Amino acid sequence: MKYFLFLLCLFVSDTWAKSLTVGSKKFTESVILGEVLKLGLEDQGHKVNHTKELGGTAILWNVLTAGDIDLYPEYTGTIEEEILRIKTKDLNHMRELLAQKGIGMTESLGFNNTYAVGMKKKLAEELGIKTISDLAKHLDLKIGWGDEFRQRQDGWPGLQKTYGLTHTNVRGMDHDVAYRALNQGDIDVIDLYETDAEISYYDFHTLEDNRSHFPKYEAVILYRLDQADAVLPLLKNLEGKVSNEKMTDMNRAAKIDKKNPTAIASDFLKSELGKNISFETSSRSDRILKASLEHLKLVGVSLFFAILVAIPLGIIAMKYSYLGNAILIIVSAIQTIPALALLVMMIKPLSLMGFSGIGDTPAFIALFLYSLLPIVRNTHSGLKQIPMGLQETATVLGLSFWNRLFKIELPLAMPSILAGIKTALVLNIGFATLGALVGAGGYGAPILTGIRLDDYGMILEGALPATILALFAQQFFDLVEKYLVSPGLRL
Amino acid sequence: MITLKNISKNFGTKKILDGLSFHVNQSETLALIGLSGSGKTTALKIICGLHLPDMGDVLINKLALNEHNLPLVRRGLGYVIQDGGLFPHLTARDNIVLVGLEAGKTQKEIQTKIEELSKLTKISSDLLDKYPRELSGGQRQRIGIMRALFLDPEILILDEPMGALDPITRKELQTELKELFKRLKKTVVLVTHDLYEASFFADRILLLHEGNIAQEGSMAELLNNPRNSFVREFVNAQNRSLT
Repeated sequence: MKYFLFLLCLFVSDTWAKSLTVGSKKFTESVILGEVLKLGLEDQGHKVNHTKELGGTAILWNVLTAGDIDLYPEYTGTIEEEILRIKTKDLNHMRELLAQKGIGMTESLGFNNTYAVGMKKKLAEELGIKTISDLAKHLDLKIGWGDEFRQRQDGWPGLQKTYGLTHTNVRGMDHDVAYRALNQGDIDVIDLYETDAEISYYDFHTLEDNRSHFPKYEAVILYRLDQADAVLPLLKNLEGKVSNEKMTDMNRAAKIDKKNPTAIASDFLKSELGKNISFETSSRSDRILKASLEHLKLVGVSLFFAILVAIPLGIIAMKYSYLGNAILIIVSAIQTIPALALLVMMIKPLSLMGFSGIGDTPAFIALFLYSLLPIVRNTHSGLKQIPMGLQETATVLGLSFWNRLFKIELPLAMPSILAGIKTALVLNIGFATLGALVGAGGYGAPILTGIRLDDYGMILEGALPATILALFAQQFFDLVEKYLVSPGLRL
Repeated sequence: MITLKNISKNFGTKKILDGLSFHVNQSETLALIGLSGSGKTTALKIICGLHLPDMGDVLINKLALNEHNLPLVRRGLGYVIQDGGLFPHLTARDNIVLVGLEAGKTQKEIQTKIEELSKLTKISSDLLDKYPRELSGGQRQRIGIMRALFLDPEILILDEPMGALDPITRKELQTELKELFKRLKKTVVLVTHDLYEASFFADRILLLHEGNIAQEGSMAELLNNPRNSFVREFVNAQNRSLT
């Protein structure tokens, strides 16, 4: 298995050269701070990758401790509640515990981005809701929590305990989508981050946390201690430099004014640290070309290895019925694992095997695993559907095992096998967009960014080429079928 | 040439063959007839080694059939099923040469053999490059016979070979094949539902019932001296279907 993974990674990895890697979460503030770190470290002479929009805390913390990234922006409340899971307000105590895991923590960057609960001002006034406690009197309210907030101890589970909330009309959704849903009146209550630009833009009402449920969420940078020498000169300079107002302004520039996060980061470094940093911006066509190449690589390589493995598995499943059931059950079970869970679950094992838990490798493995079922099942059923009379004739003609397989059985099963590969390919083109959650790029990256920034142009930049690619793949396979399926079966 | 000794075969709890014994002489044509489920096709498949008997022995040229000598024994068998049993993804020519290539024949040997068999089975060369679905039922059956004869086996096993043909083609092919098998001195075991086809082809007929022989003999013996009520009913039913 390890050699197979090695071979797979040899094909795909572009992360062998050692450089610093900055990570960021799947929301705008984190991406802007990630860009600040990237530009600042590059200015100090380091080669830096910024792996953007890497999902939530679980992924970021895992890949930081695994060494796949070297630093990322985090919040003290999240470290306390979700990472260390201890009750402490003492940052030095927190720092000691993190150091035991090989991780360092800066002082506060200067702003507290606490959680809050928000509603449309008009509805809050109509219902007379001023505090979070007041929500308990209105159980019919439609609540839309961010996916992470819904699960976190300091999120919905904690709020329920502190305030005795028993609402049942509660759904999880993307944080950025939740703002738009609240504004349109599709939902009534959402979680807010205090520095979000949308709060003032949409004029939402922030409910008072009258029982002091939410801890402080001071922004800090978590970094690997083995990279301290490289990163600390910049990080020390950033401590205390970002006020709440400054961060809210930067968020507004990105989300409301649609300014490029790299440009925002560059302006910040100029105004706060006096650094003049130039950066390159890419055109839309360049971005689409880059995403297309990344997407094709993800889909093509994973499908290639899936074909190599799945067709033999399908043959074994057919020839040895006692193994057949086990094989089909296992590949079916893999298919039922949610993509995000699979990607997160792979971080630790990949790290133990010496591979990166983010980037191409986990995306390739996930896509490879998801491709197995359609190909294995169609190979198995294609072979099984060969009429008994023909199977017996091949046996009595005295053909060897391999001649029988390659000259008779596989050509007869070829239409079914190709249909399986075509299904896997089209599914993979869709699944591969999830690769962006672990920094593998492809069409998923503009889609994620577009959702985050409420930018339909950006969403289409990923969604439209993905659809075109799927249609093209179908046409391509119709051509392949003409070459690989005997005319005798197409008459 | 072929001997079945006390063969029994069950599929699950269902007994298909129940102590079946018979012998086929060299160059003889033997027809196995009977109702569906009487065991005639199972007996044929046991001769080909497609099924192993639960009890009893199969001897081919005095060699007891077992899983070790099956490949060798199969080289001496030609096998034809309904509609020829042709592989639909291969042209007629590729279907025929499959066994020649497996046996390591040279291209020249293969070409010579195809020309010889084309004449014997009256197949024109332009048909050889067609796929089975482009051929008529009779043409497919002739290609199946060509393939079965390619390695010049001593024994031909035919499982309802005319089953899918129209009456005119069927009659034409019956006449030609009977003449061909006699000329080539092949030992033939034929399974058919049709008593008159059995009578036309075979030197001897075995009527099977519930996994064993109900009666053995010529058509005249089955007609004139049925051994029991089943034989009488079977023969009369076939007579009625013709009138």
